[in-house]
Amino acid sequence: MSRTADPFSARAAQRARPGRSRNLLPLLGLVPFFVFTSMFLLIPAAKLIIGSFQDSAGQFTLANYEDMTSKIVVNAYATSIEISIVTAIGAAIFGFLLAYAVISGGLPKPVRAAVMTFSGVASNFAGIPLALAFIFTLGRVGLLTVFLRGIGIDPYKAGFNLYSKIGLEIVYFYFQLPLMVLIIAPAIDGLKREWREAAENLGASSFQFWRHVALPVLMPSLLGAIMLLFGNSFGAQATAYQLTGGLINLVTLLVGDQLSGDVLHSPGKGMALAVGMIVVMAVALAGYALLQRRAERWRR
Amino acid sequence: MSRTFRVFWWLVFIVGAGYFFLPLIGTLAFSLRDKPITAAYTGLLENKQFLSTLLYSTTIGLATIVVSTALVVPTAFWVRLKMPRIRPIVEFITLLPFMVPPVVLVFGLISTYSRPPLPLTGSNTGSDVLLVAAYVVLSLPYMYRAADTGLSAIDVRALTEAAQSLGAGWPTILLRVILPNVRVAVLSGAFLTLAIVIGEFTIAIFLARPAFAPFLGLLGDKDPFQQSAVALVSFGLTWVAMIIISLLGRGSQTRITVGGAR
Repeated sequence: MSRTADPFSARAAQRARPGRSRNLLPLLGLVPFFVFTSMFLLIPAAKLIIGSFQDSAGQFTLANYEDMTSKIVVNAYATSIEISIVTAIGAAIFGFLLAYAVISGGLPKPVRAAVMTFSGVASNFAGIPLALAFIFTLGRVGLLTVFLRGIGIDPYKAGFNLYSKIGLEIVYFYFQLPLMVLIIAPAIDGLKREWREAAENLGASSFQFWRHVALPVLMPSLLGAIMLLFGNSFGAQATAYQLTGGLINLVTLLVGDQLSGDVLHSPGKGMALAVGMIVVMAVALAGYALLQRRAERWRR
Repeated sequence: MSRTFRVFWWLVFIVGAGYFFLPLIGTLAFSLRDKPITAAYTGLLENKQFLSTLLYSTTIGLATIVVSTALVVPTAFWVRLKMPRIRPIVEFITLLPFMVPPVVLVFGLISTYSRPPLPLTGSNTGSDVLLVAAYVVLSLPYMYRAADTGLSAIDVRALTEAAQSLGAGWPTILLRVILPNVRVAVLSGAFLTLAIVIGEFTIAIFLARPAFAPFLGLLGDKDPFQQSAVALVSFGLTWVAMIIISLLGRGSQTRITVGGAR
């Protein structure tokens, strides 16, 4: 409070009891925020965490976490993590190339604007319509499948299946790639032209410039982006639900099944499963935040 | 930039563009396989469920925007004005929704509100309240950042003191001084919210709400051609929202375009 020059508030402050009430009063303005986030985010999350340590009679137990070693749960985590790693790294590589192509690759200016706007659209075009778009294109009677069959290549006879892990990964790229373009673009913009010129003046080859200057500068941004993309894929549910109808065992789908039908035959186990997801997400996002902070050093 | 390199970058762009447009073309082609050719689209206008679920999700989206704005703008303002020290805590809480995937959030909400003292899932109104609350939570990360960035561009303290010395109370300050100054930032967040809410599936289906995305998911059993048409319409709605955001964002430094996992 810096309005002590105002005689009225100075007198009011003298009258008020010293210490506590004066410091706590401004907190009142934050009551709606804390009440809302407690009611609809913190308490529900706490409920899951507490429930994950209780048995069906409400007694404390660790059994729910011990049961996480069951085949179905381990398999679900393994599949989710595998798909998230594959799509995060794949999208990071190609998304970086795409962003670099439109920013520094010498393509016409409007191409860059179009790609950035489209990335905003595509990164939000997830869930049901996305799964459907791929079914109409790469499903058994999809446009591309039929076309390929027409020219003598049958993807389904060759072992491809849209409703499988590889199919899901192809679909996830649709929102992973544009997200990568959006988050890496500022880092590529931040690569200063002078660095390249300085390197060239010192006789560095293009490869040496990338190996010793550009990549080390970009590395925190790239690794951070991979962490964020990992979380983005790990938490996705609707796309996989519509595409595979639950044929693939993902953690999000398993949590959903538990929610609609108690497939694990124990509410506590379901909660432990959900808490496990929060932990994985927290690790991924903390990694992103830390790396992001490192990346900021090169920018201003 | 040498010629071979430029060819390579063009190739990257073309492969990317092909990957992004093929599914849209596939969907369009499928929707036109109906007989007569536009039947999937004309049929939509007579599909009562299409209109009612779209209206429902739009209404929920607007409610989410109002609640989220009413919650986030005064909070960001107050933190800047009076409580800069607790800013890290508030910021941390607004980022928490990123850590809680929608399916986990709805799990927690149902576990909390399916029994007394607040059995919200027991009634339609209660479930609607829960749905809006869940979407407000999802919107917190980018809405708070949008409001906070908007506020960073103005001198909050000077404006507040000027308004106070002219006799304005807190409601007047918030509505007529602060809100107009963060309007562009908040509007961008609002359109992103609308796009996300209209397409959101997971929370809506577990709360058994008559929303747009669950309708779209099940439409294929009845009419796959209409389903492809609606998928395309849904993509078009996202386009419109994003174009409005990029027009709004022109000339301001706030760029928010990412909504989280689905």
